[in-house]
Amino acid sequence: MELELRGITKRFPGVVANDNVNLTIRSGEVLALVGENGAGKSTLMNILYGLYHADEGDIYIDGTPVKFETSGDAIAAGIGMVHQHFMLVPVFTVAENVVLGIEPTRGLSLDRAKAAAEVERISDEYSLGLEPDALIENLPVGIQQRVEISKVLLRDAEIVVFDEPTAVLTPQEIDDFFRIVEALKASGRGIVFITHKLTEALRVADRISVLRRGQTVGEADPSEIDEVGLAELMVGRPVQLVVDKSPAEPGASTLQVNDLHVVDASGRTLVDHTTFDVRAGEIVGIAGVQGNGQTELVEAITGLREILSGTVSVDGIDLTDASPRDVHLAAVAHVPEDRQRSGLVSEFSVAENLVLTRYHSDEFSSGVTMNWSRVRENARELVEQYDVRTPSIDTSAGTLSGGNQQKVIVARELSRDLRLVIASQPTRGVDVGSIEYIHAQVVAARDEGAAVMVVSTELDEVMALADRVIVLYRGRVVADLDRDATNHNEVGLYMAGALDQNEQASA
Amino acid sequence: MTDVQSPPDAPTDSPSDPNGKRGLRDRIDTTNAITLPLLAFISALVIGTIVIAFSDIDKLQDGDFGGILTTIKDAYLALPDGAFNGWRPINETIVSTTPLLLAGLAVAITFRAGLFNIGGTGQMLVGGMCSVYVGFSMNGPSIIQIPLAVGAGMLGGIIWGIIPGILKARAGVHEVISTIMLNFIAGSLVLYFLKTDLFVREGRSDPISKLVTPEGTLPKLFAFLDRPELRAHIGFLFALAAAFFFWWLIEKTKLGFEIRAEGANSNAAQYAGMKPAFLIITSFAVAGGFAGLAGASEVLGTQGRATQGFAGDIGFDAIAVALLGRSTPVGTVLAALLFGALQAGGQRMQVETGVPVDLVLILRALIILFIAAPLLMKAIWRISAKGASSGPSFGGWGS
Repeated sequence: MELELRGITKRFPGVVANDNVNLTIRSGEVLALVGENGAGKSTLMNILYGLYHADEGDIYIDGTPVKFETSGDAIAAGIGMVHQHFMLVPVFTVAENVVLGIEPTRGLSLDRAKAAAEVERISDEYSLGLEPDALIENLPVGIQQRVEISKVLLRDAEIVVFDEPTAVLTPQEIDDFFRIVEALKASGRGIVFITHKLTEALRVADRISVLRRGQTVGEADPSEIDEVGLAELMVGRPVQLVVDKSPAEPGASTLQVNDLHVVDASGRTLVDHTTFDVRAGEIVGIAGVQGNGQTELVEAITGLREILSGTVSVDGIDLTDASPRDVHLAAVAHVPEDRQRSGLVSEFSVAENLVLTRYHSDEFSSGVTMNWSRVRENARELVEQYDVRTPSIDTSAGTLSGGNQQKVIVARELSRDLRLVIASQPTRGVDVGSIEYIHAQVVAARDEGAAVMVVSTELDEVMALADRVIVLYRGRVVADLDRDATNHNEVGLYMAGALDQNEQASA
Repeated sequence: MTDVQSPPDAPTDSPSDPNGKRGLRDRIDTTNAITLPLLAFISALVIGTIVIAFSDIDKLQDGDFGGILTTIKDAYLALPDGAFNGWRPINETIVSTTPLLLAGLAVAITFRAGLFNIGGTGQMLVGGMCSVYVGFSMNGPSIIQIPLAVGAGMLGGIIWGIIPGILKARAGVHEVISTIMLNFIAGSLVLYFLKTDLFVREGRSDPISKLVTPEGTLPKLFAFLDRPELRAHIGFLFALAAAFFFWWLIEKTKLGFEIRAEGANSNAAQYAGMKPAFLIITSFAVAGGFAGLAGASEVLGTQGRATQGFAGDIGFDAIAVALLGRSTPVGTVLAALLFGALQAGGQRMQVETGVPVDLVLILRALIILFIAAPLLMKAIWRISAKGASSGPSFGGWGS
């Protein structure tokens, strides 16, 4: 089967998401679709999957034009999609989820035996290792993804589209995932692999298509191009992929987290008696698979979450029961993990967002009133200094690209004298060009003497930035490693829970 | 799936808001702020013609379409005529606009904080009762009694407004539920107090309060014309001052910045070190103050006494005013003026053309219906999705 997208153009009010895009997908090969956020990858795949309708251009299957009015049409034509966010019912079993919508029935009831047999057949054929009767909510994310894959396979997909499939996986799970992709390819299926991680595209793809601002700017053969070349193609200019930093010169211990324990409303442990410190002039990277207590650890330190026991202090100032304002006033910068949820007020202008955490200082207000002229002056300075690409300082922040939104936050948080910088997922959903810039700013904060704590689920980011790596697993510190004395593989094993320094020490 | 939706992945791949909530700045962006209410108004007028046609059923049965058209024309001309043409119409418009504006501000401030204040009626009632008490129990001098009476009204409104604020902030009680319930409680309290010796007028058994003394009555606006039938009073100036205060609070102060942040994104407000609980309570206090002032203005100015239903439906009409005005200071003033003018003009329309004054109620209802259904407006007027996609949804609603 050969699937071809010809001259696809899709316009949204004010933006051309896809501009005359051409793409061919063949059976038995892996096509990586790479591009920065906002380049139009998802729009293109939603058109292919019948969720959007192209304004211009056509889709051909083996040379015959087809029209997908709904995703049902696309599925019927043999196209399957594994979404970044899984569409599974947590309280259903694997088999129930897989057959959902096309249930085999016996009379009026679900034929469970047949459903389980179908799942086992697919699982065996592609070595997915699925147990039909396991409940989804008990399964790790990597296995859940395989359930999604088997859903697509049961519906006889010839072309399988993966949207950012590795974002939620551990390094080991990523290896397993690529083995499955190879198996699918060997069975004659065509794979579309949407990603912004260039190493992965180079590793698995037979062909790479690069999208930039809605246009296909190039097609590359992975054997003939390297990461740097691909990044340049993607961004449209040469980029620096390696973080440029000198060795750390750690000073006194700044952030001290001692036996910190945090539970959720139902009493479940989120951060489990955690102790570590971050010294002035060093970057500590907190690694870990998403959902291992990183979010709650940061919230506890920054005053956003109640601490059950243990203490937090910065330069000897006790911040255990401090409010977010107290933490801010203690010269702590916080780049929150979800800029849409808490880092920005999307409806507010860039200028307003640039003082969101600082509006109360004498610099921007006097008495009860705001000093708007000073706010605007500050905005003009920071937009210039931090290279925020915005039509004006009055533009609402929500209309900026992810990278520029993040720059607004970074500018706001880092543009003052700081003792401690806490940056959570500082480059999630941010384009390559902005990543480069944000990383440089984080390193600059370190070089000015601040203690820096970077929390990231992207191991590459932790390894690139950190001077010291701390691994969180189920809310506990399982490793505290010198960056230069460790490697991706070792950290990956700690992240997966296969290794634990505490046990080694006691053993 | 249709592609009517605005793109989730342009210009960024990530959805613009994980909760799907739309913030105020979207709702009041410039094209939307003017086009949508205007189109809603025009649509309402168009549908209103059908109502007028049916109100003149004789001509309709006779097939006298020329006559119907004349009726429609006369009715719609009578509306602005009765609202603005001359001292008396202007006076009546001001009288109707004053409480609508004040109560509208009481809703608008909470919308800005992401809250929904349905309790305008209760806050007006409690405020008005406090005012009328000071109004009839003193004999001047005016310079002391009036500020005291007005202040008592605001204080009463603030207290009644703070209750749902505290319930929301401390116990998570949804303000829509609590404000509706507090309206009932306020209504019952008014009825009770109007029958006590404290309030009841000598020789009356029905629930009606003593008359506000002349010294406690708000001065007439048009006293200089020496026409006693022009009953508009300085309550209108209070309302304009309140609108100015609302503008200053929202646009110029730190507190306004915090209230807007809380309304648009409570998580971000908390992250930024603001105190959501404080902001919720404060917004409701300010809202109660506005509504209390509306009650004060009614009993001390327009009505001169308190009756069981002195707040009427103003607390609910106020929601419409705030929606139509998009919760902006200027918008709320204009929306209140429009509703006030319709009310004043409606009287003349009924007298001159026989079209029932209820048409005004229908027009108001239609305007709100259209405002609340931006996609419908989009379909009718074929305007771009951008201009219509953001309906007046409330951060506080359902959260």
